[in-house]
Amino acid sequence: MIEMKNDGVEIVRTTTWSAGPGCHGGCGVLAHIKDNKLVKLEGDPDHPWNQGRLCARALAMTQYMENPKRLRRPIKRVGERGEDKWEEISWDEAFDLIETRMKAIRDEYGPESMIFSMGTGRDISAWICMLAYAYGSPNVMFALSGIACYSPRVAALNTVQGDYCVFDAGQWLPKRYDDPRFKVPECMIVWGYNIPATCPDNLFGHWIIDLMKKGTKIIAIDPRLSWFASRSKHWLRLRPGTDSALAMGFLNVILNEKLYDRDFLEKWTDAAHLIREDTRKLLRESDIIEQGSKDHFVVWDEKGKQAVVWDSRRVKLKSKDAHPALSGSFEVVLTDGKKVSCSPVWDAFFQKVNEYSLDKVAHITGCDEEEIARAARFYAKSKPASIHWGVPIDMTPNITPLCQAIAALWALTGNLDVPGGNVFARFAFDAVAYALPGSKGIIKLKTKEQDETRIGADRYGPLNRFIWRAQTDVTLDQIFTGKPYPIKGMWMQACNPMAGLGLDPKKWKDAFKRLDFIVSVDLFHTPSTQYADVVLPAATFLEKDGIRSWWVPLQSINKVLTVDECKPDVEINFELAKRFDPDFEWENIYELFDQIIKPSGLTFKELQEKGWVFPPEGHPSHPYLRHEKGLLREDGRPGFRTPTGRYELYSTLREDWGLEPLPFHEEPPFTPLSRPDLAKDYPLILSTGRRSPAYFHTEHRSIPWLRAIDPDPIVEIHPDTANQYGIGNGEWVWIENWMGRAKLKAKVTLVVPPWMIMAAHGWWFPEREGAEPSLYGAWEVNINQLLPMGAQGKDGLGAPIKHSMCRIYKVGGEVK
Amino acid sequence: MAKNPEYGLLIDYEYCTGCFTCQVACCQENGWEAGMSGMAVIEQVQKLPGDKAYLTFLPFPTELCILCRHRTEKGLEPACVKHCMANVIQWGRLDELADQLGKKPRMVLWSPR
Repeated sequence: MIEMKNDGVEIVRTTTWSAGPGCHGGCGVLAHIKDNKLVKLEGDPDHPWNQGRLCARALAMTQYMENPKRLRRPIKRVGERGEDKWEEISWDEAFDLIETRMKAIRDEYGPESMIFSMGTGRDISAWICMLAYAYGSPNVMFALSGIACYSPRVAALNTVQGDYCVFDAGQWLPKRYDDPRFKVPECMIVWGYNIPATCPDNLFGHWIIDLMKKGTKIIAIDPRLSWFASRSKHWLRLRPGTDSALAMGFLNVILNEKLYDRDFLEKWTDAAHLIREDTRKLLRESDIIEQGSKDHFVVWDEKGKQAVVWDSRRVKLKSKDAHPALSGSFEVVLTDGKKVSCSPVWDAFFQKVNEYSLDKVAHITGCDEEEIARAARFYAKSKPASIHWGVPIDMTPNITPLCQAIAALWALTGNLDVPGGNVFARFAFDAVAYALPGSKGIIKLKTKEQDETRIGADRYGPLNRFIWRAQTDVTLDQIFTGKPYPIKGMWMQACNPMAGLGLDPKKWKDAFKRLDFIVSVDLFHTPSTQYADVVLPAATFLEKDGIRSWWVPLQSINKVLTVDECKPDVEINFELAKRFDPDFEWENIYELFDQIIKPSGLTFKELQEKGWVFPPEGHPSHPYLRHEKGLLREDGRPGFRTPTGRYELYSTLREDWGLEPLPFHEEPPFTPLSRPDLAKDYPLILSTGRRSPAYFHTEHRSIPWLRAIDPDPIVEIHPDTANQYGIGNGEWVWIENWMGRAKLKAKVTLVVPPWMIMAAHGWWFPEREGAEPSLYGAWEVNINQLLPMGAQGKDGLGAPIKHSMCRIYKVGGEVK
Repeated sequence: MAKNPEYGLLIDYEYCTGCFTCQVACCQENGWEAGMSGMAVIEQVQKLPGDKAYLTFLPFPTELCILCRHRTEKGLEPACVKHCMANVIQWGRLDELADQLGKKPRMVLWSPR
C-alpha cells in the first residue's frame, strides 16, 4: 500500500501481466481500491517501464473485474461436451475430482499421457511446468502450430549467438533515456510489427515512438501500410513469407559494398572456421588429429601456412600468433593421411548471400530493387542501428534460417550489445520465473528419463537443446494415432485453441472428443472451455502475488483484492502439484518465489517493498558489450554461449541436426509461387493476425469499452479488390479456401495491397450461444479454419500463419 | 457544467498511434458507458502520389469532454493526457498551447469548451 485517501480509497502499487490486460506485462500501475473493489487503475508515473502511461486494456480493468460473464466458482460438466451444461462445485470437490481422474490416467497410461497446454506469454509458464513436472509429464505444450510465437526466435538466436537480444530503449537502466550510457539509434528496422498492438514480446511498443521523437529514423518492412510504414524513411512492402529473401538481399548489399564491421567479423565470429569441400561440413580437430576433439574446429593460418585448432572450450586458437584466413582454398591432411581441400565459413556465407542478387530478391519479395539497396545501406551506415522484429518472423516455416539472416545483419554491422543496438536480453539477475527457450530454472523434471517421452523431442533438434515443450503438431496427431503412446487427458490453462491458438480448429475439436479428461483454467467461458470436464476460475493480475523477471527489471506482482472464489493460477497449480507429488519440495508459494529470485539477494517480501530492482553494472543481465567482458559464458571467458564460443555465421548445431547451417530463403508451402495450381481458384493472399488495440488475441470481446473500439471481425480489402468482387465497405464477406471458410466484415482500405487481404484473428462472440453448433459463433468467424496444422518447419518450428491463399465473396453471393 | 474557455488540448498527431488509450482513459475517469467518451480517435488514410498513402490517427475531444476539470483543479492532468501512450496530448491554457503551434508540423489545438 502506498497511500490511503480520505474517502477510504487505498492506492496500491503493482505490475501488470497476463490475465486482465492480457499482455506480456511489465507496466507499473496504481490500483485504487475501495471495499475490496477496483475503482480505478492508473499508470504509475514513477515506474521506469511505462512512466505513467497505460493502454486501453489496462484502463478497462474496472469492467473486467466484476464482468457479469466472469467465472467465479469451479464448475463441472453435466451434459455432453459442447452442450454448455454445468454445475457449480466447491474448490475441494474440484481438486478431489481432478486428482482422482488425473491419477487414474497416470496409473493406467503413464504421466506422459497427460498434456499441459498453455497460451502465449502467460504468467503461468512456470506454474504449468511446476504442475506437469510434479505430475511427472514432460509434455508442456504451447498450443500453436510450430510453437510459432517467440520461442522459435529465441531458440534461433540461442543457436547462433547463445543469447536472445532485443532493441535497446535503455530499459536496463533506471534513468532510461537520460542515462549517459544509452545512445539513441539513428535507424531502426521495424520488421513486421504494428504499433496499435502496443506491446510486443515483452517490450513496451511506444518506446519506439519515444526513440522516433529523439531522432530515430524508421525502415518499415510490412505488406501493410502500417503506422510505421507511413512514417518511415524506407518502406519495403514485401509479399508475406518472403522475409528471408529480403534479409539475404540486405546482406548482399552490405557484404558486396563492404559495409560490414571487419573487426567484429574477425574477432567474434566463426568466419575463419574451415569447411571441408568433400563433405561440406565443418572441419573438426578430430578430423586432423588422433584423439582430437569433435568440438574443436580448425582455421588456416595464413602466416604459418598451416592448420590451427580453434579450442571451443578455451574460446581461443591453439596458436596465439596465427592469422586466420577468411577466404581461399587450403589443403589439409586428415588423420588417415588423406588430403582434403577446405575453405573458410566466410567464403561459404558470402557465396550463399551472393545467390540472392537484388533482382532475384526483388522478384521474390515484390519490393523495388533500388529501395532494398537504399534501405540496406541506410541501416548499415547508421551507428548505432537496431532491429525490432514481430511475430510474423515466427509465423513461417523457414523461421530459423530467416532469424539467422536477420541476426547476421546486427552482428555484421557491429550493432550487437552496443548502446542503441540490439542488446542481449537476460532474465533479471538470471532469476528464471518464465521457462523460455534456453533457460533452465529451478522448476524441472526430476529425472532425465522423464523427459525422454516428450513429444517431438526425438526428431527436432531445438526441442532437445532450447525448447522444453512438446511439439504441437506432432502432439495433435498423436491424439489420433495413439502412437508411440496414447494421449488421454489435457490440462488447458490460459489457452483457447478453439478460437485462437489452434489452427484447423475442427481437428482440435475432434481431438478433444477423443480425450478422457480435460481441465480448463480460465477467467471466462470460451469456445475451448466448452470441451472441458472441469473449468476452474482463475484470477487477474490484481488478485495474485507473483514475480516477473522477464528481462529487466525484476518486479513483484502484488495482490490487491479478491474476486469471489477466483484463485490465482499459481495457487491452483501448487495445490494440485502437492497432491501429485508426495516429495513436492515447497511448503507454500512464497517459499517458491523466494527460491526463484534468490540470485537477486532479495526475498519476495523485500522485493514487494521495493516494487522493482535493476541488476547492477557487471551483472550478466546488465548491458553492454558482455561478450567482450566475459559476462555471457558460465566460465567467464569472453565470447558467446554457442558450441564454438563465437557468433556462428555457420551454425554448428544446425549441422549436427542435419539441417542447412547457413541462412537461406525457402518459399512457404501455400503461395502463388509454390502453388500456382491453387492460385487459379484462390487468387488472393490471405494474411491473418493483424493486432487490435482493444484485444489480446481471443480475449476482451465481452469488455464493453474495448468492444466499442473494435466491434466487428474485420477483413481489410483494398478498394480495387473490393470493387472487383463487388464488395462494399462494411459488408459481410466469406473468405474461403480448400480448408473452409469464415465470415468477416469488409473494411475497404488502402492499408492493404490489392493482392492481399488481412483477416482479423481470435474472434468469437461471447454474447452468442455457447453450446454447439454455435460455439459462440466461432465456427462462423474463426479464420484459423483456413489454416492447416502439420505444416511446421523442418526443425519443428514456425508455421504458415501469415501467408495462405483464398478467395472472397459477399455473403449471399455466388462464386463463379 | 461550468464553461472552461481558457483551457484546451494540444495534439501532436504526427505521433498518435491510434491506441485508443485516451478514449478508454476518459471512460474510466468519467464513468461513461461504452459508446460514449470525451475522446474519440479518427482514422484517416490519405492516398498520396504513386502507390503511397499516409495513415493518420487524430484524437479529438467530443461533446462529452469536460477537460477533466475535477482533476486539473487538484493539479492533476486530464486522464487522457496522463495515460497517452505516445505522449501526444498536452493540456494547458490556450494562449500557452497556441505558442507551441508552428514549432513542429502536424499539430492541432482543440478548444472544446
